[in-house]
Amino acid sequence: MYSALWRVLPGPRWLKVIEAFVLGVVILSVCVEWVFPWVAENFIQSETTVGQ
Amino acid sequence: MNRQRKSARLREIVSDVLVTIGVLSLFFYLWYVWLGDLVAGAQQDAAAASLSESWDVTVPRAIEFNREIGSSKGVGRSPNPPVVQPSPKGTSFATMIVPRFGKLFERTIKESVDVKTVLNDSTTGVGHYSSTSALGALGNFALAAHRGTFGASFGQIDQLRVGDRIYIETQDGWYVYRFRNMEFVYASESTVLSDVPKLSIVAKERILTMTTCHPKGTISERFIAYSIFESFVPRGRGAPSEVADAGQNP
Repeated sequence: MYSALWRVLPGPRWLKVIEAFVLGVVILSVCVEWVFPWVAENFIQSETTVGQ
Repeated sequence: MNRQRKSARLREIVSDVLVTIGVLSLFFYLWYVWLGDLVAGAQQDAAAASLSESWDVTVPRAIEFNREIGSSKGVGRSPNPPVVQPSPKGTSFATMIVPRFGKLFERTIKESVDVKTVLNDSTTGVGHYSSTSALGALGNFALAAHRGTFGASFGQIDQLRVGDRIYIETQDGWYVYRFRNMEFVYASESTVLSDVPKLSIVAKERILTMTTCHPKGTISERFIAYSIFESFVPRGRGAPSEVADAGQNP
């Protein structure tokens, strides 16, 4: 999977490193912004109220 | 030969997927216990600060509000605070300032303790149990908030010391409470929300009750913190110095 991705990325090695890094940052931002809050809200119980 | 290459590729994909799941889980955990609260907490602080800024009026100077002597000199003290009429569910009607929780700590209080629209909301953080007394009325003004995750508004509740001031700010001014005691109860213990917590007698005081989960990150028990109303500072008198110092109300 990752080796295929490495082959697909254009440019010389130093450019590929930068591209891979940017890709990682984008994926993580998407996770932090949307995926993680959704997981936390729907799959993790966290209750703060009494007698509800 | 071909079969061997195929199985090697399959192995690579499986291992890559597993590594990805592992790394993402690790990031999720970091976000869940630490980064997420920093981000959401800062958002909630900013939202509450801009709300109280919208209430701000120009006053000559902030009244000296000495931490040691409190309001015992009677400066800006009002024995009968205005009663905030209950607002519709989901309405922001006050903010909460707790100097012990940090200089920038200010969170919006919304009516109701609905999980999705209030407690988990990225601009709110604190909810008022609609079944409990109105702010300013005799009885128990009870609030709920997360202790961890979603901004963790009550994340430092265990840091409160007896006598710490807690300010509830509305358009009219500041309701000053002082922290009295804490206790730990099971989630079913709804009597902590009674007008006089745990008892069924007529209230003669104004109590602020904060509820959150305990132990942190679990749902088995609840951490309860009680504070007693001390005084009301009308907005026209200027912010109490502890509030002004916090940098929320210049």
